[in-house]
Parts: sequence; C-alpha cells; structure tokens
Amino acid sequence: MDSPIVIDRPRRGVNRRLQTMITCIVLLMVAAGILLSGEWIPSDAVTPDFSRKGLSPSLEYPFGTDWLGRDMLLRTLKGLALSLKVGTIASMVSAVLATLIGAAAATGSKWLDAAINWLIDLVMGIPHLVLLILISFACGRGLTGLVIGIAVTHWTSLARLVRAEVLQIRSQPYIMVSRRLGHSTGWILLRHILPHILPQFVVGLVLMFPHAILHEASLSFLGYGLPPDEPAIGIILSESMRYLTGGMWWLAFFPGLALVLLVLLFDRLGENLRMLLDPASAHE
Amino acid sequence: MTSLQTLRRLGGRSGKQLLRVATLLLATTVVAFALVSLSPVDPVQQYVLGVGNVSMEQRAAIADYWGLNDPPVQRYFLWLSALLRGDMGTSLLYRQPVAVIIRERFLNTLALMMTSWLLSGLIGFTLGCVMGLRRGRWLDRVLRALCLMLSSVPTFWLGLVFLLIFSVALGWFPIGLSRPIGVANADVTFGQRLHHLALPALTLSFISFASVALHTRQKLIDVLESDYVLFARARGENTWTIMKRHGFRNVILPALTLQFASFSELFGGSVLAENVFSYPGLGAAVSAAGLNSDVPLLLGVTIFSTLFVFSGNLIADILYGVIDPRIREERPHGQSNRD
Repeated sequence: MDSPIVIDRPRRGVNRRLQTMITCIVLLMVAAGILLSGEWIPSDAVTPDFSRKGLSPSLEYPFGTDWLGRDMLLRTLKGLALSLKVGTIASMVSAVLATLIGAAAATGSKWLDAAINWLIDLVMGIPHLVLLILISFACGRGLTGLVIGIAVTHWTSLARLVRAEVLQIRSQPYIMVSRRLGHSTGWILLRHILPHILPQFVVGLVLMFPHAILHEASLSFLGYGLPPDEPAIGIILSESMRYLTGGMWWLAFFPGLALVLLVLLFDRLGENLRMLLDPASAHE
Repeated sequence: MTSLQTLRRLGGRSGKQLLRVATLLLATTVVAFALVSLSPVDPVQQYVLGVGNVSMEQRAAIADYWGLNDPPVQRYFLWLSALLRGDMGTSLLYRQPVAVIIRERFLNTLALMMTSWLLSGLIGFTLGCVMGLRRGRWLDRVLRALCLMLSSVPTFWLGLVFLLIFSVALGWFPIGLSRPIGVANADVTFGQRLHHLALPALTLSFISFASVALHTRQKLIDVLESDYVLFARARGENTWTIMKRHGFRNVILPALTLQFASFSELFGGSVLAENVFSYPGLGAAVSAAGLNSDVPLLLGVTIFSTLFVFSGNLIADILYGVIDPRIREERPHGQSNRD
C-alpha cells in the first residue's frame, strides 16, 4: 500500500544484519577488554598516591585522579569488570528461571498457570528497587545478596513472553500429530517447543543484561553490596558526590558515561537481535 | 448490550480484581516479613548501638520483650494484627512511629513523583507525537536516538550530571534538601519548595519520558498508516485535523495506561533521586532503613509502596476497561513494560 509517510530506509547499504554483526563484534571486544584489564590491573595500581591527587583529566590520566590520587580510568575498568560479571551471572540465572517458569505455566494445569501469573504479579507489584533492598538485607548486604536479588527479580517479563510463545506453539497441528503418535509431554516440550523458544531466550538474555547492570550499579550506589573500598561503578559515583561541590566533575562524569556506553551497546544488540528474529521486521 | 449489564460485569470484574489485589498484598506482607526474618543482622545489637552500655541480661530481656524467642510464624501474626490496626511500630533510626514518618515523608515524595509524572507524561506524549508525525525525517532520528540513549542512563548518574551543570557550574538550583537550611518549617515559601523540587523532579522525569515517547510514536505510526487515515487524507483533511480527529484519541489511552502502570519504576527512581539530592522523602528513608537495619521502617515502607504500585496498576486496568470497549471483554493482564 502506498503510504503518505516516509518509510524508514536502511542507511547506505548497512542493513540490520550487518549492523547487528558489527555491534556484536564491538561488544565482544569491549567486554573482553574490560574483563581482561579487570583481571590484569594489579590492585596496587589503584592504591592511594598523594603525589598525584585530584588531577583533572589529562593524556596520562584520561579520567583524572581522585582525592587519594587513584587513577580513575583503572578504577572504572575494574568497576565495569565487576558489573559485567554480576550482570552475566544474574541475567543467565534469570533467563533460565524465566524459561522454566514460563514453559511450566503454559504446559501445566490451569491451576499452575494461575498460580504463576499471580506470582509474577506479586514480584512486579513490589517496587523493584525496594524488593532488591529487601533481598539484599535478607542476605546481610553483600555481593551474594546483590547477585541473588538481581537474579530472582528479573525473570517476570521474559516468563510472560515465553508463556505466550509456548501457548501459541502448543496449539499448532504438528504438536497434535506428535501427541497422537504417542510422544509424552516432556518429549514434545524438549524436542518441539524448546528449540522454538531458544531465540526468545537469547534475546531475553541480552535485553536483561542492561537492566541487571543498571540495578547492580544502583544498589551499590545506595550502599548495598560491596564494601566501600572495592571499585564498583555505583560506589565510585556515590563517593564522588562528596567532591562535586569542590569542582572535581570528572569523578562522576567519566565512570558514569562508561557505564552508559556499555549498557547502550548491550541494549542495541538485544534490540537488533529482536528485530531480526521478528518476521515482521526481519527484512527491513 | 444494556448499560446495566456492562455495569454489572464491570462490577464483577472489579470485585475479582480487588480480591486478587488483597491476596497479593497479603503475600507481600508474608514475603517482606520472611525476608526480614532471614536477615543475619541482630536487631537487638542494632538497637543497643544507639543506647550505649547494655549488659547481656538486659539484651536478653529486650529480646524477650520483643518476642524474638517466639517462633517466626507467631511473630508474623502479631505483626500483621498490629499492622491491620494501623500500628506499624517505631522506627529505630528516627525514634518515631513508622506511620508518622511515612505520612510526613510521603507528602514530600508524592510532590516529587507527581511533578515528574506529569512532566514525563507531557514531554513523552508531545515528543512521541512529533516523532510519529515526522517519521523517518532527521528530527525523528535525533529524538529517537535521544530516547533510546536516555533509557540506558541510570537515574543517579543523570542526577549527578544535572547537579554538576545546574547547581555547581551555573548555580541555578540548590544542591539538595527540600527547603533552605535554617528556615523554620512555617516560613518556607511555595517558591522555595518549588526551587528545591525542580532538579530532582526533572531528573526523575527524564528517566521515564523515553518509554512513553517511543510507545506513543509507534502507536501514532500505526494509526497514520491505517486505511481510515488514508481515507481522511483523500477527503482533503490536513494533518492537524487528522491528528485532532484520529491521532490523539487513539494514542492518548495507551500513553495514559503506560504512565499509570509505571508507578513501580517511578518509586524506584525516586529512591535514587532522593539519595542524590538528599531529598527527605520515602525513598531516602527506605534505603537508610535497609542500611541501618531499621526493620519496622523497612517493612512499613515496603507495604506502603506496594500499595501505591497496586493502586497505579488498578487505575491503569480500570482506565482500559472503562474507556476502550474492545478491551472490556478480555485484556492482557497487568502492565507490559520491559522491566
């Protein structure tokens, strides 16, 4: 149909597939770089050195140094490495939980479905950050509590998606045929349905990542999670608050910006993957 | 169908909905209480910290007086019955009844949340309409990129950047708190309050307008591509008339529902924004309660904020049911945001 509105055109030959590949490669390189540097940077590189305290960004110290003379670039890298680790563990657990719970809701009894929907409403009803604070408090405010909290609160929306998807697949004729051929529910679930929800799982996993990282930063900003001498992005930002009025703007600006860029990369990758897998927008 | 039937069904639906909310709230109290009970933090130790020299016998007496030696289930029912009578206990941190703290601080938080809620709704809706109308042009591209970026920005960092720009560098706004220091409560003018509220509210609204804008853009594009808009164009209506007759009506309801369903993120955002701007609201209280092991306050705010979120979801549900006849029959449950 002729539409009076201009349709989005892919820019100069770079289609979504290529764009996704590029994002993916850049992301992998960035993530590997952050993780490796997080491992390699010895902890004495971020020990106080008063001969260079409070330096504004320069070529030698691109992110500047803080009031104790610690190199902010190295601290930021260490913080991002921690964010990546927490994000990976938490979103993996969350995505697996979501798939299991969503599939159970769609294939189990009506009662189970209602119970799971009720549970999702319950988890979504308590404000997310408050629930995270509660779980962190229950675990005695440490890294463990942080990871557990982020892992058990992010599954809800993906579980809903998986449930809807499985319900739709379940009504397909080939599932009926398979059932008539005598295959058990478990067999059908494993052989016919799981392969179909694998793409959903991958996209959900990638899209969960930014949320997990942001929540990790938020919680450590509030003071839950790591001890204050560990470099996590949230802790760096929360410490910087005391020095903002003194004009040390780089303490807050660069670490936060690095976090935003990392989150943005994951978000773009997830969105591109989702568009590619969705038949309605795959060939744009 | 007569209007009486509609009313009756709506009534039945609301009844079921209320029952559901009631069970969910009850479950929230169980979950919150169980989580707090699991905590390795010793409440007597926390209490004693503020008092000073206390012997072991006195500690045991406190533990006994508080019923810490009773089984958790019994403690839960004691707490629940007190809660139902409106008694939420006394905050260890502020040494005041929790109900009083919540009442005082909720007003501050409500002012903050409602301002940013209105701001983000207005900005988001307007930008969404502009993007939808200008689809594919450079304005749409720029605004969309901005919205996508903003949804990846953590609230507290944006707050810090705003502080750096508007308070430290330009000096337009105060650094924090909800009113000037050293001024009695009665002497604070409305203008001063607004001045202190502006930056936190702006931060909070910047976080949430992106989702409304992107959602509105998509809906508007769907409407503009429909056959009835094509027909309207063929009749010779100009863009403004089309927007007035078809655009706004179709787009405003999803935007409104999305806004009401976003109370959970709004509260979470206010926890962070209040911490950045040292704004004395409920969000600052809940994170302080968790950090200082103030169990009564933590429980109280949890229940209260959950009630707040549920009322938002309920309003969203009712709005959908009452205004949109297509959804009256069957509706996807709850909100569908990405969080």
